[in-house]
Formats: sequence, structure tokens, C-alpha cells
Amino acid sequence: MTKLTSRRGLLFGAAAVSAGAVLTGCTSNDPDDGDDKAAADTQPAADDKPGKPVTIGYAGPQADHGWLNAVNDQAKKRAEKYSEITMEITEGSNDTAQQIGQIETLINKKVDVLVILPADGKALTQVGLKAMRAGIPVINLDRIFNSPQAYRCWVGGDNYGMGLNAAHYIGEKLKDKPNAKVIELAGIDNLELTQQRTQGFDDGLKNYPNIKKVARQAAEFTVESGQSKMAQLLQAQSDFDALWNHDDDQGVGALRAIEQAGRDDFLMVGGAGALSAFQAIKADSGVLKATVLYPPTMAASAIDLARALGQGKGVSGLAEFEIPSTVTCYSAVVDKDNVDQYMSTGFK
Amino acid sequence: MTQHVSPPRDGTGKAAPLDGPPAWRVRLGRADVRTLTLLGVLAVLVLIGGITQPDSFLDTHNLQLVLTQASVIGVVTVGMTFVIVSGGIDLSVGAIVALSSVWATTVATQEYGFAGILFTAIVVGVGCGLVNGLLISFGGMVPFIATLAMLASARGLALQITDGRTQVVTVPSVLDLAERDSYVLGIPPLVLVFAAVTVVGWLVLNRTTFGRRTVAVGGNAEAARLAGIDVRRQRLYLYLLSGLCCGIAAFLLIALAGSGQNTNGNLYELDAIAAAIIGGTLLTGGRGHIIGSVLGVLIFTTITNIFALNNLQTDVQQIAKGAIIVAAVLVQRRTASTH
Repeated sequence: MTKLTSRRGLLFGAAAVSAGAVLTGCTSNDPDDGDDKAAADTQPAADDKPGKPVTIGYAGPQADHGWLNAVNDQAKKRAEKYSEITMEITEGSNDTAQQIGQIETLINKKVDVLVILPADGKALTQVGLKAMRAGIPVINLDRIFNSPQAYRCWVGGDNYGMGLNAAHYIGEKLKDKPNAKVIELAGIDNLELTQQRTQGFDDGLKNYPNIKKVARQAAEFTVESGQSKMAQLLQAQSDFDALWNHDDDQGVGALRAIEQAGRDDFLMVGGAGALSAFQAIKADSGVLKATVLYPPTMAASAIDLARALGQGKGVSGLAEFEIPSTVTCYSAVVDKDNVDQYMSTGFK
Repeated sequence: MTQHVSPPRDGTGKAAPLDGPPAWRVRLGRADVRTLTLLGVLAVLVLIGGITQPDSFLDTHNLQLVLTQASVIGVVTVGMTFVIVSGGIDLSVGAIVALSSVWATTVATQEYGFAGILFTAIVVGVGCGLVNGLLISFGGMVPFIATLAMLASARGLALQITDGRTQVVTVPSVLDLAERDSYVLGIPPLVLVFAAVTVVGWLVLNRTTFGRRTVAVGGNAEAARLAGIDVRRQRLYLYLLSGLCCGIAAFLLIALAGSGQNTNGNLYELDAIAAAIIGGTLLTGGRGHIIGSVLGVLIFTTITNIFALNNLQTDVQQIAKGAIIVAAVLVQRRTASTH
């Protein structure tokens, strides 16, 4: 998916570069003034200093769970950090038609850049295309549009990487244990992201021939379903060494079931990065030893990218004159050793 | 007393299989056959579970687990059965459970401890039921629409209260209810509540005037009115009752999951309706069985349990659940027509 995106994205990126060049023409520091310096030295990269005023339109879904809430918060806080940024925020909606209407309003208002976290990526592709055709570059956050033409830049999480990193963490912990058994508590099964996480987890475990995945059940990202499915998994598997749970919200329920069953004979790795999970990892008092991030900070990055785009600048620290066309956030493993650093990003 | 004419309610022109003598006169006979059929299904399931997973299925812990998991939805189903018997429907049960569970687990409520949480859960449930009942009885709204509106607004309010966050319960006395240490003679307190609600529900439906009125309203509302029953008030009470059950269920869920979340009670309305229908309650009203409903819940929970123990995935579980609903309703039709 990413490969396809980046190739077509490149083509499109080229078009955006020319657009960017026109925009940069308005500013005083033109990179093409005949110097032979490396791009990295002369490129106008976005930094913390106030630049040209930019109006960013932000459209997200209804924040009906902790992670989405954190995403909206991150975006707002980041925008407040820059004095020259004006945010036009729509009321979050899970209704596709309503979100399309909201984005069309933002297009009519002629905001400079749009940041869109679609309720449904496929269904909102058309409105993304419409914005792009109207000359408003779109930063597509997390849930990807159907067509790379519908966005200038995609920023999102790495579901496959979550599974992979969870498997590697568990694999390293259990690598000296013969015939180790692992179970998986997945999220909503009919979501593509759940399949990707499971695929990554399975692929990662293949590196450790001594480990076998003995059971997998899918919960629904809710505490209630996490408790229920975990209770059954514990009943089914009287003896296993590690558990990977896709989502820290349902993990609250899973931990409850583990506590109710009085089990502590395995290690658990979570997913997403909830504050409660970070606190449990830091306290190190239960089975939860680590969690794999699906960082809500990607929304803050999206605002940074939108700002750079609006000001016709590149990203500081990268050599290119313009922002990338795709940014896939790393699914870092947070355990006791590095949890303090991530504590502030934990969501409730 | 009543004329043996059951007006078609679903608009298909097909009368409900209520022809013949009034429902209450043959209820017992039918109920027995139906209960036996359901017990048979349950026995087959236990057999399948025992054969496929002899160690983990036939185990005291597993029995406790299945009954505990059945408790929350079971209590909701008892309330739902009453509503359906009266010819109504309550689509808002899941949303009411969600709203009750989040309202009862806010930081402010938790300060009042066990009593505060229990009180809030029940009052919110009854309050929502009251609104449903008033809209239906005195606002003249169709139950489907009134409770659909409640579904939407209760979920919305639950979301507004939580802001999408998971409200973790920190009151130990509530959490203890779902811990092994508090089991009474090996029976989890949640299951005891479920059993009590079932017994009370059965007594009320089968042994009280209130129960007979409910059946009468569901069988033929006009005839019931002519016979002197205050149909509107009866309906109001029934939605109150359903709300009360949702409040109790919400409290059980809070204890079980240790938290309140606006996504709680997801699709409970469908699970409760399905269990009631399987249990032999007519969707058109006029007939219903608490025991059947409870067996319906147990059948669903046992199936889920067997699937989980055998590590079967969501797709298979959902297909099987659909197939079982169809099979049960077909069997029900046969028994209804042969009797």
C-alpha cells in the first residue's frame, strides 16, 4: 500500500513542488538564487519562528474513544503553539455525508491547508480530490484516502509495524524458552487495521521458531469486550507465556479479567499507548510489561506539515525542499526503561 | 374475555399464530414443550463443548464464567421480554446501559462509593425508561421510534459525559463483586443478581395481575382497554421496568469490567431481542416466557464460550449465531402450529 502510494505520490509531489515553488516565490528567501550550497543548508525548513500566516482547516471524526480524543487534542495544542496559525476546526462527525459537508464548507472558506482525518477514508476520497482540485493541499491523517491524488501528504500509524514490534519484543523476552506459547487478543476483526496488526505479529513471530501462537480471539476495542474475550482466553489456555493485546482500551477489560482469574504467569504487551497502560508499565506491578505505540502525536506532526506546506517550506532535518508525500509513524515499544519519555503522550 | 382475533401488526397481512383459544389458557403446555426444546439445545451444546474441550469446558470455573457473562445481558433480556410481551419493543436498552454505566462511574459519582454508583445506575436507567414510557403512552409515539430516539440521544449523552474516555472504577467494594473471593458457595454475586431478577420476573409475569395485564395488552390492546385495563399506564410501567433492568445490568457491568465506557452495551438490543425470540416470546406480543428468554441468553453465551475455547474466529461465530436464530424460530413455528 505504502509503495503504491509513494510512487503515485511522487508524481503528484512533483506537481505540488511547482505549486510550492510559486508559493515560495512570495517569500524573500528564494532557494534558487544561484548558490552551489547543499540543499540542506539553504532550504527554507519550518522551524519554531513565526512565519507567514496560515489558516489550517481541521476535520476529524467524532472523538468517541480515547485515542481519537488525543488526536484532536494534539492537533489543537500544536496549532496553539504557533502564533501565525489559525485553525478552523469542524465539529467531529462519524457521519460521512456530514463530514463531507463540513469539508466543503472549509473549501469554500478558502483555508490554506486542510488536515483531514476521515471517518471513512474510502468514502471521503471524493471530497479530498475536490479540495486538491480547488488548490487546497490536503494532509490526510491516518485513515487513508482511496487515491493518492486526494492528498498532498499522508501521515499515519503503522499497524503492521505494531504487530511486528510486539512480536519482536515478546520474541526477545522468550527466545531462551523452548516451546513458548503466545496468545493474541485482537481488535475488531472486520477492520483492515486489525488484519494488518495480526499479519505483522505473525510475521514477526516467524523469526522465533521456539514460539507458537496457540490462540487468538477478537474483541471490539471496548473494555467490556476485552474483559469478556480475555476471560474466555484465560479459561481456554491454562498455560501460556505471553499475550499481545491490540488495544489498551480493551486492555483495561483484559487486565480486569486477568485479575479476576488470579493469573500472573505470563507477560502482556499492549497496543496504542494509553495513559493507564503507561502507568501500569511504570509501576511494574502486574503482567503488563510493555505497549506498542500507535502515536496520537501524528496529529501534531500533521499540523507541522500543514504549516510547512502553507509556508512553502520543507521539513527541518530533511534535505528536500518540500514536505514528504507519506509519513508513517514508528510503532515504538514502550517498556519500563523508556516509559517516562512517553508519559505525556498517553491518552485517557 | 378477549376476542381471539390478533390484528396483524407487521403489515404483512399475516396474523400471528394466536388463533384458537386465548393464549393464557394453553400457555403452560406450550411453555413446557418450548422449555424442553431449549434445554435440549443447551444439552447438545454442552455435549459439543465437553467433547471438543473436555478439560477447559467441563470445569467449575468455566460454568462460573458462562453464567457471569450471561448475567448482564440476561437482566436486560428479562426487561425486554416484558416489553415484547406487551407488543412493544425497546431498542434503547444498550444505550441506556451505556449511559447508566458512564453516569455511575464519573469521578463525582465514585466519591459516593458503592451506594452512589448503584443508586446512579438505577436512577438513570429508570429515568430513561420513564422518558420512553411517557413518549409512547402519552406522546402517542410508536415504541420503535421512541426508543430509537432514546438510543441515539442516550449514546450521545454517554459520549458527552465521557468525552470518549474510559472511566476506570476505583471503588474496591464494587470491584470485589466480580472477584473470586466474594463468590457465595461458588456462585458469583453477579449470577445471584441475575437469578433473583429472573425469579422475580417470572413471578411478576406469571403470577400477578400486572403480568396478566401485560399479556392482555400485548394480545389485543383494544380488548384489554375495553376490559378495563389502563393500557397507557401499563405501557408506561413496562418501559420503566425495562429501564430498571438496564440500570441493574449497568451496575453489574461496572463491577464486571471495572469501568464505564460510552461504547458499553453495544448491540444489547439485538442480543436481548434475539434471546427473547428464541425463548418463545412472540415479537407481535401476547405471549412470552421469562425462562425461555433466560435459556436463550444461556444458549448464546454457551455458544460464544465454546467458540472461544475452540479458538474459532469472529466470522464463524457470527455465521453460527445467525443460523441458530433462524433454526430456533423455525422450530418455534413448528411447535406453535402443532399445538
